[in-house]
Amino acid sequence: MAANAPESTSATAPAVRGTTGDIRRLIARAKRWDVIFIVLGILALGVGFLTFLALFLDMLIDGWERLRPEFFTQFPSRRASQAGILSAWVGTTLVMIVTAVVAVPLGVAAGIYLEEYAPKNWVTDVIEINITNLAGVPSIVYGLLALGLFVYAFGLGQSVQTAGLTLALLILPIVIVSTREAIRAIPAMIREGAYAVGATRWQTVKDHILPYSMPGILTGVIIGLSRAIGETAPIITIGALTFIAFLPPSPVTADFPFLSFEWLRAPFTVMPIQMFNWTSRPDEAFHANAAAAGAILVFMTLTMNGLAIWLRYRLRKNIKW
Amino acid sequence: MLGSGNAAAIAPAHVDAPLPPLKAETRDLHFHYGKFQALKGVEMPVYENKVTALIGPSGCGKSTLLRCFNRMHDLYPGNRYDGQIILHPDNTDLLADDVDPIEVRMRVSMVFQKPNPFPKSIYENVAYGLRVRGMKGKNALDEKVEESLKGAALWDEVKNRLNEVGSNLSGGQQQRLCIARALATDPEIMLFDEPTSALDPIATASIEELVTELKKKVTILIVTHNMQQAARVSDYTAYMYLGELVEFGQTDHLFFKPKKKETEDYITGRFG
Repeated sequence: MAANAPESTSATAPAVRGTTGDIRRLIARAKRWDVIFIVLGILALGVGFLTFLALFLDMLIDGWERLRPEFFTQFPSRRASQAGILSAWVGTTLVMIVTAVVAVPLGVAAGIYLEEYAPKNWVTDVIEINITNLAGVPSIVYGLLALGLFVYAFGLGQSVQTAGLTLALLILPIVIVSTREAIRAIPAMIREGAYAVGATRWQTVKDHILPYSMPGILTGVIIGLSRAIGETAPIITIGALTFIAFLPPSPVTADFPFLSFEWLRAPFTVMPIQMFNWTSRPDEAFHANAAAAGAILVFMTLTMNGLAIWLRYRLRKNIKW
Repeated sequence: MLGSGNAAAIAPAHVDAPLPPLKAETRDLHFHYGKFQALKGVEMPVYENKVTALIGPSGCGKSTLLRCFNRMHDLYPGNRYDGQIILHPDNTDLLADDVDPIEVRMRVSMVFQKPNPFPKSIYENVAYGLRVRGMKGKNALDEKVEESLKGAALWDEVKNRLNEVGSNLSGGQQQRLCIARALATDPEIMLFDEPTSALDPIATASIEELVTELKKKVTILIVTHNMQQAARVSDYTAYMYLGELVEFGQTDHLFFKPKKKETEDYITGRFG
């Protein structure tokens, strides 16, 4: 090969230095790749963003006439024009509360344990790999698991609590992984600083690790919840109702002790199921309802993501190292 | 070059001063990071209310030795100590299995290479060691925080902004804040791990001055890459190479009349 190349026998290497014009032409040529990449990048972003915008706007236009206050305060109905999402959004809210209350402490505790306490051995490695894999398990599998475990084995019923627990399981890996990443982002020297003044592991976790990783943990929790809010398959599997014309019992009661957890055992529906139900009806009028509910669901998700960004920004402002 | 015998003859001024009381000593100290042996049978005294400097080229084990004194290595898996570090006057072996590393760190505090204030207020940074010790009561804490900040020559600069975040301070101030934090808990020994390597010359000078001031109250061990710094601040110097303690002595002896050729080569810049 070398023999074919011209001047390969020359003893001195060619001079690299050129005239100013040469250098400028060289730079201009090299910079063409920047331009090409920028264009490709913008196109890639555009595909994602425009697709989302088109879908969202389409839904918004289709459902616009149904986006009236009554839509939020009416139960589903046989007549499309009188149908609303009251039971769906209340159901979604309650299920999300259960999900958060279960998934956050479990996920954060597991993440802290794995990062700060667990011995580094093969058992821990196996657990780590499994958690990462869990995040990729199809959600319908969680639904089947929940049907067998929560509904039949534990007898929790086709209820808000079952749905909350199921979605909590579903987002647990997300919470654990984001907790661990947030903890790993804390520099070792901060941790060493705490230990160096004589803090125990728990004191270090409570006073330093947890507060400093809170922005990251919260972001993970909200991203997990905004995934859970749109889940349909596992909720259908555990047997959510598609037509429900009453609300779960109120958590606040008139009699002592003024709090009631009956709502946990109530049958329920959630936004995506209500949408699914309406979409599958032959009557075109219901499709507008589905579009309106979809727009609201997307709006809820976007609001949660926005909240995550805002929280992260607020909390990180004071954390510098 | 010069044998140690000649040295004494040529420079009769260098007569060993009477030895001050011992604060700590390492006895046949070996240390392993996994399979790598970082310290090989170090025997070193640490004299009370004196500054002992640890010098040597990168990787010689000086930081490793320093971090044995507060069992910092226990935070990471795979590290192993052999030998003893005896803390006087109670003759506690800091490395003994039945001695909790937390107990060690309560008695031996540390200032790190890069200032590492917690992302908390200046006040909370200094008070943290006290809170860990269960100290409560605002007055007691206030007093101790003020005393420590004064001890670290930082009080005048921060007394009106104790509630500000510590990381807003300049690098030199941050390091003095970390010194205040390490000082607040009345340690018996303070460890400094290249405390000025991230600082400018003016901040470095103020830290050095502080170290000299602090030795009235505590015993100090300092790792430094800067030979002049070792000469300026320390009373005793240990020269380490490849995990071994090559030479230990009074700083002026070691710098002006080193007994070993390796030490002389390193100090004069012919090596390292």
